[in-house]
Amino acid sequence: MPPRRTAPLPETLKAYRHVWVFIELERGTVHPVSWELLGEGRHLADALGVELAGVVLGPPEEATRMAIAAAFHHGADVVHLVEDPVLAAYRNEPFTRAMTDLVRDCKPEILLLGATTLGRDLAGGVATALATGLTADCTELAIDPETRGLAATRPTLGGSLLCTIHTLACRPQMATVRPRVMASPRPDVSRWGRIVAHPLGMREDDIVTKVLDFIADDPRDKAMLTYADIVVAGGRGLGAPENLRLVRDLATVLGAEQGCSRPLVQKGWAATDRQIGQTGRTIRPRLYIAAGISGAIQHRVGVEGAETILAINTDPGAQIFTFAHFGIVGDALTILPALTAAFVQRRAALSFPAALS
Amino acid sequence: MNIIVCIKQVPDSTQIRVHPVTNTIMRQGVPSIINPYDLFSLEQALRLKDTFGATVTVLSMGPPMAVESLRKAVAFGADHAVLLTDRLFAGSDTLATSFALASAIQKLAGERPVDLVFAGKQTIDGDTAQVGPGIARRLGFQPLTYVSALRTLDRATRTIVVERRAEGGVQVLKTRLPALITMLEGTTPIRYPDMPDMFRAART
Repeated sequence: MPPRRTAPLPETLKAYRHVWVFIELERGTVHPVSWELLGEGRHLADALGVELAGVVLGPPEEATRMAIAAAFHHGADVVHLVEDPVLAAYRNEPFTRAMTDLVRDCKPEILLLGATTLGRDLAGGVATALATGLTADCTELAIDPETRGLAATRPTLGGSLLCTIHTLACRPQMATVRPRVMASPRPDVSRWGRIVAHPLGMREDDIVTKVLDFIADDPRDKAMLTYADIVVAGGRGLGAPENLRLVRDLATVLGAEQGCSRPLVQKGWAATDRQIGQTGRTIRPRLYIAAGISGAIQHRVGVEGAETILAINTDPGAQIFTFAHFGIVGDALTILPALTAAFVQRRAALSFPAALS
Repeated sequence: MNIIVCIKQVPDSTQIRVHPVTNTIMRQGVPSIINPYDLFSLEQALRLKDTFGATVTVLSMGPPMAVESLRKAVAFGADHAVLLTDRLFAGSDTLATSFALASAIQKLAGERPVDLVFAGKQTIDGDTAQVGPGIARRLGFQPLTYVSALRTLDRATRTIVVERRAEGGVQVLKTRLPALITMLEGTTPIRYPDMPDMFRAART
């Protein structure tokens, strides 16, 4: 451990209390990263002996009510609510205003946001407006028992090393966490809490940016990697782009999503939305099969939430074997088709009697 | 139009070593490049220059050797290059970096008003994606992050319409200049430097 630099927290900042989580409500749905953050926020709030609050910014409609209820079910004690028609679609200006006003009024010590396109857009503006520290894309959050401060760990330099960042003399301590890095807590529908409503100090006329249209993605075109139950991914060990077919074959048989490591995207063998790791998607499947992937930190932080990891690599010393649950030392080009054939047989054996009856 | 593009020089390799005693990053021997995400923003700025005839200034904060990246940007077609360099900048977080870059942009805007600032979506070394939004907030510019396409730019009304990548779809946003844009990767093919610009870069 490097020597820790310390700076005393100014008296005026000692009044900052409680852990806040931004509930990312957009177009009627809450991004699941918000529940993952509430689960993590609950641990932090309990360690500090303070309240956990959800921040809900949205228009006056049923979806906003549902977001509030779900925030309580996922562990919030309090919901800070700004309800205004202006907040119907995400725009940086009114959301930054609502969030910074709330923080100035209520003084939370920790503020967590999802590292989504919305969360990153908002967090950068809010941290700048509040002149406080922001740690992006954290993989681990903990409370330093000595200082009560937030110890936020994140990979840096493309995931080649991990660093722990402390916000010493500013409050709130802000951090973003990517979807699926933290586990989602089991909702408890009997939980309820306090709602504190706040006004938005802004009208539509005050806002420069207008939303002209929203073009929803075609769900068929989208890689559903992040929330998939089974993922099969290939890496450099595949040797050639056409060998990605072997990954696809196994994924198809298992009903899995297909992914890859960063070098394959850099080589142009696979699309960016298939990339797994710190600079790609973070996954948390029940089963993850990594074929020909060495398992550098940058990849590891994206997959360590998987329930079971099966690694296939020719190098018995590969990093991936240090965190995989099962390992096969061998060539992915022969193991993948063997696994595919085995699963095809197993499925046929299972479904054949059913087909007869 | 007056356009500023913020770029960062980053180590090419992800195989960075850490000094065993000081725990600092050893950048020696690792080749440096322009942050790849910045190239999409630089390209978009140069396309606006091709269409409307803009002045494009590239701005970077970094060690003296970052001048290499600025030279490269000039070879691509940027008109001017500005480097902020001081030992005091070492170890800057996103708050400090966006403050330094915003201050430089304000200084440049004092000479001639700035219409658009471009920045990379994020860097490949820090990966925070927070410096662009931070600069926009300090300058009071409208932030347009994760932009996948520029639809229209009307210089008479000073309005711009862009497509912005959001969760689950694309937002079409209309806003007023001045604005700060971070481009999504893969949005535009990157040009090759041409001969006259390469000579100009060598002399810069």
